[in-house]
Amino acid sequence: MKKRIALLLALVLTLTALAGCSNAESSQEGEFTPGENGVVKVYNWGDYIDESVIDMFEAETGIEVVYDVFQNNEEMYPIIEAGGTVYDVVCPSDYMIAKMIENGLVQEINFDNVPNIEYIGDIHMESARAFDPENKYAVPYTYGTLGIMYNTNYVTDEEAATWNILWDEKYSQKIVMYESVRDSLTPALELLGYSLNTTDQGELEEATQMLIDQKPLVYAYVMDQIKDQMINEEVYVGLAYSGEVLAIQEENPDIAFSVPEEGSNYFVDAWVIPSNAENKENAEAWINFLCRPDIAQMNFEYITYSTPNDGAVELLDEEYLSNEDVFPDDSVIERCEVFEYLGEDMDQLYAELWTQVKAASVN
Amino acid sequence: MGKKSFALPYVVWMIGFTIIPLAMIVFYGLTDNSGAFTLDNVAAIMTAEHAQALWLSLGLALISTAICLLLAYPLAMILKSISKNRSSLIVFIFILPMWMNSLLRTMAWQTILSNQGILNLVLEFLGLPTVQVINTTGAIIFGMVYDFLPFMVLPIYNVLIKIGQDKVEAARDLGANGVQTFFRVTLPLSMPGVVSGITMVFVPAMTTFVISTLLGGGKILLIGNVIEQAFTSGSNWHLGSGLSLVLMVFILISMAILAKYDPEGSNVV
Repeated sequence: MKKRIALLLALVLTLTALAGCSNAESSQEGEFTPGENGVVKVYNWGDYIDESVIDMFEAETGIEVVYDVFQNNEEMYPIIEAGGTVYDVVCPSDYMIAKMIENGLVQEINFDNVPNIEYIGDIHMESARAFDPENKYAVPYTYGTLGIMYNTNYVTDEEAATWNILWDEKYSQKIVMYESVRDSLTPALELLGYSLNTTDQGELEEATQMLIDQKPLVYAYVMDQIKDQMINEEVYVGLAYSGEVLAIQEENPDIAFSVPEEGSNYFVDAWVIPSNAENKENAEAWINFLCRPDIAQMNFEYITYSTPNDGAVELLDEEYLSNEDVFPDDSVIERCEVFEYLGEDMDQLYAELWTQVKAASVN
Repeated sequence: MGKKSFALPYVVWMIGFTIIPLAMIVFYGLTDNSGAFTLDNVAAIMTAEHAQALWLSLGLALISTAICLLLAYPLAMILKSISKNRSSLIVFIFILPMWMNSLLRTMAWQTILSNQGILNLVLEFLGLPTVQVINTTGAIIFGMVYDFLPFMVLPIYNVLIKIGQDKVEAARDLGANGVQTFFRVTLPLSMPGVVSGITMVFVPAMTTFVISTLLGGGKILLIGNVIEQAFTSGSNWHLGSGLSLVLMVFILISMAILAKYDPEGSNVV
């Protein structure tokens, strides 16, 4: 028995030694081997980067990227909070960043390591102050609006100019909503004339009741699947972030987007470094790399969420820049509201209200 | 090395992956945010939404289990009656899909059942009216039956092939007709397999949240979904653990009821 174990150990040792050799050899070729300068663990939204950017980053810096994705902010938060899986750099939305700052889950970025921050437009650094008052923690990555995506073969522009369309029985089973409580509450709160950041239980219950009334008309509550369902014309109208529209239009040119007249949500997604990050400098190198204009341009052209990177905007085609869905003009921004972090108690209340909507019977 | 040291890995496994997680669930389930003892998380099952989700899960799990049993028992009988070579081929074909990820298989049903899906395309082609199956409780039952049917077939088949032909022949010699032989000999002898099968279908059906999310369009809330949301988007581990405890009690009760019908107590699942 002991002999066998010794043999096995010898085998393992030989193999590791061999592996070590091969590593040493390849690093002599001049170009970096991913991993020789450590790793950076990235936690990003699904489908939210041009994946060739990851390879370029690895080749140029020698830092290996461990890349994980999440579906929504609410799913990301408990993972960072629990700390079981440690990430070095994360890309949440505005209100969630505020929550992370308040609970001490993120640390200040050393901007000496992020010189490319100069390409981020002043106006966007300004709007980031809504959740990061001193611009110490977050580097904006994308921004956009929440609105209505609709198929022009079935829905007129006038109908889609108001949130009321989501309660129109004509479109029963042709409406999709986001599986995300604050996004799905937005149309109801706007129609009722309440703030998107209301903490008034009565107002929230009123809005929840609207969603329960709407449920029989709703085809599904989903996230990324909305894209496919719109393209295949399984549904005609749904909630959407402005950044989804260009990609969807490429597949189905009949899809249009509007930010309803009642107002909506304006969001910023930004990179932050969790407090327990193990590779802070690599995280800063990652952020710096993504702020490089040509990289920001690649990412924009892939994910099509508006980029706050002025350097990248200069490189873009006129066709993109004149598209109001992607780069909304000021009048649209003015009627929109940024989500604020409302505190732990409100989180619980929102979660309970969402359970009420989800549990409501359909028949 | 004594015999005892062989058991060590299993002991470590059980402590690390069963006892400790279970203790953590009990701890979270019986405390609040400040760490103080409370029964609120367990009592939360009484709220209208949670109770409704629990009953719905129970109902759908019972229906799926019953359908699985009705489909699996005759199949197992057929498999027993045909030659060994052919039956192992059929069993193989039945198990084959299980080698693929169940998430993928469920997503495939999403594509088949959706409004613009394959099912409706076929109906349209045949000039029949289209149906909306996706995002209904029907689709969820369908998904459960499809996913869990092999778990019902295999234990029943394994028990049936061990019932000697001599017992059946003895019953016939003593004057029992085919129906009597089945109900008084074959069925009672196959109960251990039936009980195993029921447990292996009922428990995952009762706790699933993936099938209801994918085939229910997020519109149908099962108790599994409530627990999942408490842990993920609601970030309320205390509530999620409390509800898990209630669910565990429900499953224990159902297994205790089942054990009564298992004459030899040989149900190991």
